Amino acid sequence: MNRYTWRTGILEVVALAIAVVFAFPFYVLVNLAIRRANDQTSPLVPTAQPTFENFVAAWNDADLGLAVWNSLQVTVLSVVIVVAISAMAAYPLVRLTWSLSRVTYWIVMVGLLLPFQVALIPLYVTIRDIGLLGTTWSLVLFYAGLQVPFSVFLYTGFLRSMPREYEEAAAVDGASPFTTFWRVVFPMMRPVTGTVVILNAIFVWNDFLTPLLYLSGSGSQTIPVALFGFVGEYAANWPVVFAGLIIGIAPILIVYFLLQKSVIQGFSGGLKG
Amino acid sequence: MKRRRGVSTLPRSILLFAVPAVVFYAFVLLVPTLRGSVYAFTNWDGLSATFDLVGLKNFESIFANPDAVKAVVNTLVIAVVTTVVSNIIGLLLALLLNARIRSRNVLRVFFFAPAVLTPVVTAYLFKYIFAPLGPLNGLFDAVGLPGLKQDWLGDADWALVAIMIVIIWQQSGYAMVIYLAGLQGVPAELLEAGAVDGAGPVRRFWSITRPQLAPAITISVMLILIHGLKVFAEVWIMTGGGPGNATNSLSTLIYKNAFQFGLFGSSIAMALVLLVMVAVISAIQYRALLFQGGHK
Repeated sequence: MNRYTWRTGILEVVALAIAVVFAFPFYVLVNLAIRRANDQTSPLVPTAQPTFENFVAAWNDADLGLAVWNSLQVTVLSVVIVVAISAMAAYPLVRLTWSLSRVTYWIVMVGLLLPFQVALIPLYVTIRDIGLLGTTWSLVLFYAGLQVPFSVFLYTGFLRSMPREYEEAAAVDGASPFTTFWRVVFPMMRPVTGTVVILNAIFVWNDFLTPLLYLSGSGSQTIPVALFGFVGEYAANWPVVFAGLIIGIAPILIVYFLLQKSVIQGFSGGLKG
Repeated sequence: MKRRRGVSTLPRSILLFAVPAVVFYAFVLLVPTLRGSVYAFTNWDGLSATFDLVGLKNFESIFANPDAVKAVVNTLVIAVVTTVVSNIIGLLLALLLNARIRSRNVLRVFFFAPAVLTPVVTAYLFKYIFAPLGPLNGLFDAVGLPGLKQDWLGDADWALVAIMIVIIWQQSGYAMVIYLAGLQGVPAELLEAGAVDGAGPVRRFWSITRPQLAPAITISVMLILIHGLKVFAEVWIMTGGGPGNATNSLSTLIYKNAFQFGLFGSSIAMALVLLVMVAVISAIQYRALLFQGGHK
């Protein structure tokens, strides 16, 4: 089945033709972002005199530097927290046969069924009452908790198929369970940690509804909300808007292209937060 | 799910390791969901400390309100249509890329890219593409098919179509990578044996590939379905739920009612309707995967 025949050639042409259709939005995005303000030709025609001034304008006017920084902060902090607490939780939930441990596992797994829309409104009131509204901390707290069921699910699935010999050897050598977990078990779970990090980071970076709610009115915004506000102001000036959109997705696209194999592998495992 | 028999050397006290995760999860998701489930039966306005039980009134108001009914219908239409179309396109792409074409690695990365893009960005990009004087109508003019031109986002029905096209553009590549992973499990010898026995490509797909893909189909269908049920950014940015309230999804109507009109009780009731839909689908998925033996 490894021959490249004329049939394969036809399939290749079909695949490339579909790719052209899928590429159309990308073409429009880039073509318009590099266009001068006075260029009135159709957005379908390749831009004759490309410019980068739209990117400079978008960066300065939308305060995208601050937004990128906020998004990075929220993404890194919440992912670090969710990895630490979920990995650690998975250990007793898999290794203990105690009934309380099983009950805890199922209580956490129920979270996989709960869309956050129900929790959103009561939680909003709580966050408001404890004075975290408008701070990026509210988002870190929210994502760290929201992503626990999914992350625990991935970690427990992986840990179940991991041999216990290394931990037992460490225990025999006198290491405490806490040390054993962080020194022996956690490093061995690296493959699944990679998946947990990638899936959670992309979800947090892209989320729109939560920061729209928890940060609205405050000076600090994450990328999706900053772009939302920016477009509101610049609705007529699409080239600058598009330059802003490209800046907003650049970090995630760079990560995607650098880690394409792991990203695709993580998603094709068939689970998403 | 089988647990190993044998003496556990670990003390029960290590269950404390799970405490931080449980606390975060309970604070953010479990407790507010339970509280919300209670509020759905009250007239709570989000501000007052007191509220009265109103029974099923909030749920009755959903079905008495044409905008809310419309949002439920839209949500179901968006979820079902995008799921069916994305999965067909995704499966087709996976089969094409699996056919040893030379550009497969590049195309796999390319087709999946929309799935990682920020939905806000995708929505704005398509809002421009679907504008009355935008690139899509321009394209129809350029190829001599002006009859296909539409006021895409100004017309209620076409606006829903436009929103679904955006979601399909994002989700097809996602379905594709799930199917590509599933296709790895189809033994090449079996396909070759089928070919030797005179089975054509369609017959080989139906009798050999399709049964092997069953778990991948279940996963991909359920994920895109649940994603569709929760859709917010695409609708909110492309149409704001309009014209009028014609294109609201459950999530945009919940957001509008709760945070613009302060109708917390009925918003939570609507969110509960969403929760039930998502939970039912997840439960079906879980059962189907157990049945297929493909749950890892």
